[in-house]
Amino acid sequence: MAALPEEPAEVVVKPDPDGGVPPQPQPPPAPPPAAPPTTAPAEGEAAAGAPGSGGEAAPPKPAPPGPAASPAPTDRQTLLAVLQFLRRNNLHESEDILRREARLLGEEVAAAALSPAGPGAQGTPGGVAAGASAAPGGAAVVAPPPGKVGGGVPVEDQPDVSAVLSAYKQQGDPALYEEYYSGLKHFIECALDCHRAELSQLFYPLFVHMYLELVYNQHENEAKSFFEKFHGDQECYYQDDLRVLSSLTKKEHMKGNETMLDFRTSKFVLRISRDSYQLLKRHLQEKQNNQIWNIVQEHLYIDIFDGMPRSKQQIDAMVGSLAGEAKREANKAKVFFGLLKEPEIEVPLDDEDEEGENEEGKPKKKKPKRESMGSKSKKQDPNAPPQTRIPLPELKDSDKLDKIMNMKEATKRVRLGPECLPSICFYTFLNAYQGLTAVDVTDDSSMIVGGFADSTVRVWSVTPKKLRSVKSAADLSLIDKESDDVLERIMDEKTASELKILYGHSGPVYGTSFSPDRNYLLSCSEDGTVRLWSLQTFTCLVGYKGHNYPVWDTQFSPYGYYFVSGGHDRVARLWATDHYQPLRIFAGHLADVTCTRFHPNSNYIATGSADRTVRLWDVLNGNCVRIFTGHKGPIHSLAFSPNGRFLATGATDGRVLLWDIGHGLMVGELKGHTDTVYALRFSRDGEILASGSMDNTVRLWDAVKVFEDLETDDFTTATGHINLPENSQDLLLGTYMTKSTPVIHLHFTRRNLLLASGAYSPQ
Amino acid sequence: MAEEKKLKLSHTLLPAESMKVMAEAMGIAQVPEETSQLLADEVSYRIKEIAQDALKFMHMGKRRKLTTGDVDYALKLKNVEPLYGFHAQEFIPFRYASGGGRELYFYEEKEVDLSDIINTPLPRVPLDVCLKAHWLSIEGTQPAIPENPPPAPKEQQKAEATEPLKSTKPGQEENGPLKGQGQSAAAPDGKGKEKKAPVLEGAPLKLKPRSIHELSVEQQLYYKEITEACVGSCEAKRAEALQSIATDPGLYQMLPRFSTFISEGVRVNVVQNNLALLIYLMRMVKALMDNPTLYLEKYLHELIPAVMTCIVSRQLCLRPDVDNHWALRDFAARLIAQICKNFSTTTNNIQSRITKTFTKSWVDEKTPWTTRYGSIAGLAELGHDVIKTLILPRLQVEGERVRGIVEGPVVSNIDKIGADHVQSLLLVSAGEGGPPRPPPSTLSCPPPPAAAPPSR
Repeated sequence: MAALPEEPAEVVVKPDPDGGVPPQPQPPPAPPPAAPPTTAPAEGEAAAGAPGSGGEAAPPKPAPPGPAASPAPTDRQTLLAVLQFLRRNNLHESEDILRREARLLGEEVAAAALSPAGPGAQGTPGGVAAGASAAPGGAAVVAPPPGKVGGGVPVEDQPDVSAVLSAYKQQGDPALYEEYYSGLKHFIECALDCHRAELSQLFYPLFVHMYLELVYNQHENEAKSFFEKFHGDQECYYQDDLRVLSSLTKKEHMKGNETMLDFRTSKFVLRISRDSYQLLKRHLQEKQNNQIWNIVQEHLYIDIFDGMPRSKQQIDAMVGSLAGEAKREANKAKVFFGLLKEPEIEVPLDDEDEEGENEEGKPKKKKPKRESMGSKSKKQDPNAPPQTRIPLPELKDSDKLDKIMNMKEATKRVRLGPECLPSICFYTFLNAYQGLTAVDVTDDSSMIVGGFADSTVRVWSVTPKKLRSVKSAADLSLIDKESDDVLERIMDEKTASELKILYGHSGPVYGTSFSPDRNYLLSCSEDGTVRLWSLQTFTCLVGYKGHNYPVWDTQFSPYGYYFVSGGHDRVARLWATDHYQPLRIFAGHLADVTCTRFHPNSNYIATGSADRTVRLWDVLNGNCVRIFTGHKGPIHSLAFSPNGRFLATGATDGRVLLWDIGHGLMVGELKGHTDTVYALRFSRDGEILASGSMDNTVRLWDAVKVFEDLETDDFTTATGHINLPENSQDLLLGTYMTKSTPVIHLHFTRRNLLLASGAYSPQ
Repeated sequence: MAEEKKLKLSHTLLPAESMKVMAEAMGIAQVPEETSQLLADEVSYRIKEIAQDALKFMHMGKRRKLTTGDVDYALKLKNVEPLYGFHAQEFIPFRYASGGGRELYFYEEKEVDLSDIINTPLPRVPLDVCLKAHWLSIEGTQPAIPENPPPAPKEQQKAEATEPLKSTKPGQEENGPLKGQGQSAAAPDGKGKEKKAPVLEGAPLKLKPRSIHELSVEQQLYYKEITEACVGSCEAKRAEALQSIATDPGLYQMLPRFSTFISEGVRVNVVQNNLALLIYLMRMVKALMDNPTLYLEKYLHELIPAVMTCIVSRQLCLRPDVDNHWALRDFAARLIAQICKNFSTTTNNIQSRITKTFTKSWVDEKTPWTTRYGSIAGLAELGHDVIKTLILPRLQVEGERVRGIVEGPVVSNIDKIGADHVQSLLLVSAGEGGPPRPPPSTLSCPPPPAAAPPSR
């Protein structure tokens, strides 16, 4: 069978060996160039939006900088850096164009500003970017970012880095910063209620950038007092970033600091209504407050919308990520969230008994399936991707047998609901000495695997059937290959045991995943590798190297063959088991990718990150098709609903958020946990959502009720403004405390029995 | 905005002094002030950076505690050479010393004699990881088995007993244990929300109906088995049953039954002078007291009279001259002392009421020797103060009375034995009035001899 094509042309992003981060993949329709800015300072900074692309074919250049207000030397320096960068990457064409345009720079200041040359085609209503820098590709990466991708080690004195930093070379009187900030604070606090909430969003990014400017310009004491004075004003969910910021007190520190580079290289996205924005602009112009205005222009991306300003509550629901909210365009791409059609299975007719049962079983199976998937009929789901959108492995005979087993089990499945809660069986790992880091259970619930901090991977059989490996080659040669039970004979009874230990990693094992056919096991570890193990021989088959840094999570595709991994290098990678290099690299997260999950139709991958966003990636072309913001802490768990329409995410803030993938909206918030949510799972028919947490509880939520009265009128869909009902308490169906065992994995058996697991940690 | 924040960010820096000290330790003398200041800043920054990375490993390792391993991995992440040498498993004490105008903090690094290490026997091999399954919930209800936390934690039982009004608030039940944990996680919640949605209050949970009067079939079976074993004739079974009472977490709902069982049992068996059964019942009381998940206060009104009866009853066995009912009295006295210690408060005055009862029966001239003995034993167990203020002053009078019996004309054998016992008890307790003695609650003495033959 064919895997996804692997040619470089198809590979979305080729990591730049010099440490350039690939650009943030943008959804196809390019955002429009800004309506020509009307005010003089608005043209301040275009360079930031300029050469956004890493290894791709020469990207179209956005508007040349219009250096009206900002000092020209800075721009020139940036331009030089960009040119250098282009030359190094052999992008001659782009370089020429840029060079040509840059030379015009000095002469045609005004003209350049009035004719933004971005390639964007159509305008999105309401989506007007502030400033001239809304050119595509400009949003994510300007330049040389943390230097992690592709394992490049950051080179200290790259010209690009200094170019990036030099943008902070603003000459403002450091003593006035506090005045500026408190002036703005005063203005915002005195604004009308409806605008105040929206404008308050400005506080945090402004605070950060002003602080960084002070630090960059080596006004150490001013920076410190600025920080002391205003850090208390910031929303508490930025606490972690503030902590990083507070330790950053010298210009030298800025070079290697990733958090700082995130701030500098990615624009902080704010969503503000037109009225509020006008108010702000007027104020800043009146006050001649160029310092702040420059920051707004250079480092913020203000997504302006028409209509009512949002309420404090609405804003609070969506903010919290490292780089602000998602732009609305980012979530406009179409996502095929439907399920693939189940292949018709011809039942192997071995004996008559079986046959009767199977024929009976078949229609039965269709019934619950149909109910569970709502409108899904025998025909193709209208929301489903084309069957062959990505090549999937063909079903083997054993897979078909397994499917039949699944159907049989499904007929015995308990129908869950608020009145009929699942039983929970808890598998406790004893004597793990705080070392259990990952757990997975096979789909048929016959095996459990644990990944441990001591680098071992341990597989248990939880059925009476022991784990048997294939005999050694010498013994195999003695077997009569013609015998009927040859498959039985090749198994070694003597070494059969309930537990098999797999040795190979050299660091804590942070993620494990069984293949759907139960023949393989994946594990990923701190040592930077993902390993594929055979469950026939209990040996390691492949070590996939590529991440170089710790790999936090890995998962097999629901159809097998493909798998995804994500790690500290901020990218997620798509692999096929028979390729030693990744097929896709999904880059765009601004911090570690902490968890990865396949969509049930295998066409999409969701990743959660320490930058407090969740992204959905298209496996076919590697594009990021959804960005979900709203969590206030690093994401640690993800779960797709069985019908593929919804995504549940859990984070260190103890909240579980629910997302409608089709509309790209947050549709629910489940509050109750008091610590990190490490496990989430929908029941087989999607009626119950189970969540497990560090606070030693398993909680069950009514998933039907959350999704039934969704507010998906046109307005909400168009603006993305959501009103979440405060109904967590009504949705909570049960809380079950363990004695002292954090819950780190949840699994519904095919009959809807909930299996939970974790390691007992004596206090 | 600001008032809700309790964010505490520190600008803690290493002192430049430390840099100098370290430089000296490395053999570099005379580090200029400016250099050491710069170094200190830089080092502080790097340390913070590493600490932040180490935290990441802690989170991914799904732990609450930062380990030295996390720091090692963080160092590795930064391409810093790892730390070599032994890893301390636990906390390393940071010592302080001053002298010569300098203050120093240091690790105590003892010189280790290698031969010591070689000669020490190998430590026990730690137990291997194993997997154990239990039911966390069966169709929505959590079974009361040792693997699960007690359905009603002790704090709540206490709250219910002492502040009945407060505990009637819904949600109180789950509130207690949850509040304690993970405040850290509650903090990052949106601040506006915290006010509007009382996340922790009015907890979500459907209150489990506290049906004290209904026991599940399993619980009924358990109760039957346990009580039968406790008073049955098989000593091994009894030991197991008592062990179960003393350790199982799910007994809360059966507590009223046990309490009634004991109180009724004592009432009947005192009349029948069945010493063995009384001993068994007292051992049940002790087991209940030992169970860390039970809070007995609500049942003291039944338990105290039962225990008191076993201390001061005129007759506890059929043949007072032969049977060792004294041991039962001693044991029960120790129980009463433990009850006083655990539950006596200024509002219920348990201890003073008990003391009063004992003194009253002791002072009475007509009290038989058995009761006399019990009262003194009960008082003696209550501690020095009681001995000093109540027993010692009466020593003279009591001594006279004992002498009257021992040296006087033989009245009855029983009286004689009683007087003997009182005498020895007084000698012991009076002797202990002075020097400290182990607190009475330890109950280090073995339970009363089961050897006492069942008097049936």
